[in-house]
Amino acid sequence: MSTSSVTFDPYWLLFSPLTLQVLICRNYKGDVDMAEIDHFLPLLMTQEEEGLTCPIMSHGNVHFLWIKHTNLYLVATTNKNSNASLVYAFLYKVVEVFTEYFTELEEESIQDNFVVVYELLDELMDFGFPQTTDSKILQEYITQEGTKLEVAKTKVPTTVTNAVSWRSEGIKYKKNEVFIDVIESINLLLLFSPAVNANGSVMSSDIVGTVKLKTMLSGMPELRLGLNDRALFALTGRDKGKTVTMEDVKFHQCVRLSRFESDRTISFIPPDGESELMSYRINTHVKPLIWIESVIEKFSHSRVEIMVKAKGQFKKQSVANNVEVRVPVPSDADSPKFKTSTGHAKYVPEKNLAVWTIKSFPGGKEFLMRASFGLPSVENDEMEGKPPITVNFEIPYFTVSGIQVRYMKIIEKSGYQALPWVRYITQSGDYQLRSNF
Amino acid sequence: MEWANQLCENRQFGSKMTDSKYFTTTKKGEIFELKAELNSDKKEKKKEAVKKVIASMTVGKDVSALFPDVVNCMQTDNLELKKLVYLYLMNYAKSQPDMAIMAVNTFVKDCEDANPLIRALAVRTMGCIRVDKITEYLCEPLRKCLKDEDPYVRKTAAVCVAKLHDINAQLVEDQGFLDTLKDLISDSNPMVVANAVAALSEIAESHPNSNLLDLNPQSINKLLTALNECTEWGQIFILDCLANYTPRDDRESQSICERVTPRLSHANSAVVLSAVKVLMKFMEMLPKDLDYYSTLLKKLAPPLVTLLSAEPELQYVALRNINLIVQKRPEILKHEMKVFFVKYNDPIYVKLEKLDIMIRLASQANIAQVLAELKEYATEVDVDFVRKAVRAIGRCAIKVEQSAERCVSTLLDLIQTKVNYVVQEAIVVIKDIFRKYPNKYESVIATLCENLDSLDEPEARAAMIWIVGEYAERIDNADELLESFLEGFHDESTQVQLQLLTAIVKLFLKKPTETQELVQQVLSLATQDSDNPDLRDRGYIYWRLLSTDPVAAKEVVLAEKPLISEETDLIEPTLLEELICHIGTLASVYHKPPSAFVEGSRGVMHKRLPARTGSGESTESPDVGTAAGGSAPEAAPSIIPSQGDLLGDLLNLDMAPPTTSGPPPPTTGMQMGGMDLLGGGLDSLLGGDIGGSPAMGAGFGAAPAVMPASLNAPVGGGLGDLFDLGGVGMPMGAYIPPKIVWLPAMKAKGLEISGTFARRAGVIQMELILTNKAMSVMTDFAIQFNRNSFGLAPAGPLQVLTPLGPNQTIEVSLPLSTVGPVMKMDPLNNLQVAVKNNIDVFYFSCQYPISMLFVEDGKMERQVFLATWKDIPNDNESQFQIKDCHLNSDAASSKLQGSNIFTIAKRTVEGQDMLYMSIKLSNGIWVLAELRVQAGNSNYTISLKCRAPEVSQCVFQCYEAVLKN
Repeated sequence: MSTSSVTFDPYWLLFSPLTLQVLICRNYKGDVDMAEIDHFLPLLMTQEEEGLTCPIMSHGNVHFLWIKHTNLYLVATTNKNSNASLVYAFLYKVVEVFTEYFTELEEESIQDNFVVVYELLDELMDFGFPQTTDSKILQEYITQEGTKLEVAKTKVPTTVTNAVSWRSEGIKYKKNEVFIDVIESINLLLLFSPAVNANGSVMSSDIVGTVKLKTMLSGMPELRLGLNDRALFALTGRDKGKTVTMEDVKFHQCVRLSRFESDRTISFIPPDGESELMSYRINTHVKPLIWIESVIEKFSHSRVEIMVKAKGQFKKQSVANNVEVRVPVPSDADSPKFKTSTGHAKYVPEKNLAVWTIKSFPGGKEFLMRASFGLPSVENDEMEGKPPITVNFEIPYFTVSGIQVRYMKIIEKSGYQALPWVRYITQSGDYQLRSNF
Repeated sequence: MEWANQLCENRQFGSKMTDSKYFTTTKKGEIFELKAELNSDKKEKKKEAVKKVIASMTVGKDVSALFPDVVNCMQTDNLELKKLVYLYLMNYAKSQPDMAIMAVNTFVKDCEDANPLIRALAVRTMGCIRVDKITEYLCEPLRKCLKDEDPYVRKTAAVCVAKLHDINAQLVEDQGFLDTLKDLISDSNPMVVANAVAALSEIAESHPNSNLLDLNPQSINKLLTALNECTEWGQIFILDCLANYTPRDDRESQSICERVTPRLSHANSAVVLSAVKVLMKFMEMLPKDLDYYSTLLKKLAPPLVTLLSAEPELQYVALRNINLIVQKRPEILKHEMKVFFVKYNDPIYVKLEKLDIMIRLASQANIAQVLAELKEYATEVDVDFVRKAVRAIGRCAIKVEQSAERCVSTLLDLIQTKVNYVVQEAIVVIKDIFRKYPNKYESVIATLCENLDSLDEPEARAAMIWIVGEYAERIDNADELLESFLEGFHDESTQVQLQLLTAIVKLFLKKPTETQELVQQVLSLATQDSDNPDLRDRGYIYWRLLSTDPVAAKEVVLAEKPLISEETDLIEPTLLEELICHIGTLASVYHKPPSAFVEGSRGVMHKRLPARTGSGESTESPDVGTAAGGSAPEAAPSIIPSQGDLLGDLLNLDMAPPTTSGPPPPTTGMQMGGMDLLGGGLDSLLGGDIGGSPAMGAGFGAAPAVMPASLNAPVGGGLGDLFDLGGVGMPMGAYIPPKIVWLPAMKAKGLEISGTFARRAGVIQMELILTNKAMSVMTDFAIQFNRNSFGLAPAGPLQVLTPLGPNQTIEVSLPLSTVGPVMKMDPLNNLQVAVKNNIDVFYFSCQYPISMLFVEDGKMERQVFLATWKDIPNDNESQFQIKDCHLNSDAASSKLQGSNIFTIAKRTVEGQDMLYMSIKLSNGIWVLAELRVQAGNSNYTISLKCRAPEVSQCVFQCYEAVLKN
């Protein structure tokens, strides 16, 4: 019986317009010739010319799986039927670890730290099998100032191989606290089409929520998080007000998944410091919190007139902060003129956008922006797409789904008292308006 | 190393110490300087020198000359320095094997260091030094490390076994490391378990037949326990390993599924996909009426949808896999259409995949929304995406009948945009819509004709020409339109030329009076002025048809065409099953079996889904034989191979230029070409005698040989004679049916099998012709039969010793025995065959003439005959008529004897000859026969008596076949 292998040889290589060079590479298995990487860039260039990039490319028997981070390409090569999702997940993990180590992952930081980079590559993966990828744990024994810490490095942190591989023992805080941020992002596609519904309709919407922790707790605390999860209440038969149905929940490595599966309890030993504990998706029909209407009139060869109306469809007591309405304009537009009832608008020619910013947008209010642009008399014959209008905003002290943290229980054997702090915020995710006028 | 220099010059270091300074020394004499520094007494200087060496190595400079000097630095208590030296060793040991020996002592010593980090480092590096001489020194240190007290060392040692196995498999087996590795599966530390599983899986891959992982309920239980405790990566190793296990029954399957489902909530997408793989596979065993089965189905949808919020590359892998899952179990995602709507800022590769899945999920319930989206996409700027969106609209029309009208009007709107490539795509798909719904949407033809001039792509031109030819009677100026194409006939692509030829012939048959000149013109262009054999042959065929029998020509050319199938480019079911077993891997992304792109995986067994079992029943191992009786063959015919499939490429070769985007349209050139010509009566003529499958464009390859002969053939015999190659010069002796195509290349990824059965010198032979119509070499042929009525089984392996190259044909005889397992088939002489090659396993059914089983000692004593005849009850007697047989009784008798049908006695009563005959089957069944032949009457009467009356029908068929050939 054959098994799918999870082995690969990642290479890192740098690509900049002037110099094309492999920056650093690590051949983990030796079954792919190092010279194969020379085929990567030509393949990539061909794809880019054809306008059809693909994250998997192959040359002969060798397959290249790559991601791009800033101007760096992280490339894994394999000649087996490797687990592709594992490879990408690992490459992204590498970006995460390097970013935590060097703040920025870029050409310079790799060169400045190549010794540590090699050490990290050794710990992150062995013979194509990902090993320890938790940067907090790695930092305990792979340090940037190697010379000073020789003594400390003579021991392997037990955490590396422990079942609890994300938290070290012996952490101490004077004041034990945990901060919980519940952040909901709204993805929404609004459609204005005379054919469908002149008043605009919500084509698709969902909420992606995340619960982030900042843990400042001593020792090895056991935590239990209680949410107003409908499935949990249905299970326990209690009914205490509003509940929320979560379509799909994803947890950090630390959460006991089988426990959640059996009784919906979220129990865990938290990583120290900041971490994302969980994320969830809710598939309900979301009322657009900021409603946008737009009329864009294009007078060929002379000008384009834009009118955008924004309305806050949330509680009067709430305020949306940093609202930004981004309206696409033709690439050959010039001489912008704006008029706004609040906030200010500006033209960003490099992105072909008119951006209207409102610092503070109270619920129930309605604002207006008018813009006009000149168009050249000779028309641009390049086809232009119809990018949607996008909106960014942030509404604090409120979750659109109504999810709530009902309790956070913290138990540590030393018996200290710890305080949980909870913050809620709703923000825009992929919030778009497609107009067919 | 200019870039390194520049970097350093451009940067202000300030007080920060960075490694980049090591990249600066590039001047001559550098190696010499480094050598001196490496041998310095000062520790700090040494270390700096090693860093410089590694920096040079990193930028690709050859510093192997420093090998002995660097190895001298190995014995140090500075961990950082040691790591660098080890790194150097890994890189250069292979090029300096003799000097690498120098390092052995240090390795051995380091493996016993008090610091577990150093022990692990040594064992990790050791395995990466691929020098044979060294490996044997490493066995003892490795053995110790595998039993080390520190789990960090053990987990590293576990991986080292896999490394060593890769270098010297025999050594690892001899040293018993595999057993130690197996023991580590029960280790107390989850990370050690995970690495042991990963290492064993890796090793097992190169030993496809070994039972290394030894998966049984106990070891599975251990793995499931470790699953809850190890890191995300360890979970993936374990899940991928679990996916190879076949549970004994549905209960075990369910209990594993229950313990795997929590993984669907893991934040790591790769963990989720590996869990999906296990569940999709094990689900196959659950009875569909089980409550748990539907619970599980419901649980799969949300995590699959959430994968679409991952990073784009992971989304891509997820989408390629969802494409498979949707084909295997459409019910999982049928309500999730909206999540596959394309976002403006999705990367192009995500957009194209989403489109594909949208089509697969399109149904009457959601078609309005889907169409609105597709129309939106068709107005975007990305050409490939727009083209695919337009094609998608056509596919919707074909898939969801109720939407066809709306789709057509959407396409017409798009044609009005006059955007060149949109118009061309629209015309190509409208042609397909006409194929699916003939005589329904002809009102749009006028609009299409308006755009004739703007078509510059062969596929669109061919499609338009097809439409004009097909509906010539409704287009007033069809002749003018077609004539306009004729002017530049030789500049057109083959696809267009062929189409134009057919269209004009159609036009002529519909409006003969005014188009005679046109048809002559095209026929002469095709036959006299063209170098293309396909075109010439098609031209000749039309010419002959038209000049010999216009009525037949009309029947053939204007025959009603079969409707095109609804679901296009579905993946062939056996391949789909295999790909489901590879969810998350490259195979699932490419939609190709691993054997198609991984070297050296040919001998590896193809993965199959486990068979479904009823509650409590034990699982029978799904061997090839039983699988042949399963669902695979039935589902196959409706499938058109997708692009990327070898065969698809082959068929597209001359008909359509390779398109860069997406799957081929529902009707490819090959279908049009094949069907137009051969649809109707002609294909059976060609199919039967020449052996070309009607669907194969290659079938025409046989035609040139036929043409010259047939041109001279007497016309009176009609068309049948022209193509009748069969009946001539059949040898006397046992009747051997002509070879027919059992397995068309289209269903077997390019492998065509035709064959027959013969009995020669008492041995039953299966005579096969294997033709490779794919583009790649085929090897590793094997054959197996399902159980059958008479226990036919191959008496030896299929003797195809040399690889079969593209377009090569090989004839093989396979001797058969009759001692195989028996199962009654319907019809009785049905035989289900599985043929394997390096590409896949293929199944087909064929029927053998039962006369193959008539043994040589089948002549019964007269007395015995009489007694037996009387003894068999009259209910068992069956009577048949054989019509139009012109042999006299003696000729018949001798002909039958050739096939072991023995005449025992002959009686003549009133001018009627009565022949009494006996037959013995290989399994000892006797059949007795009475054949009555009346002089001057070409109808024979035959009575058969047998204790197993069900064979009579087959025996009768043999009589008929033998007597008439």
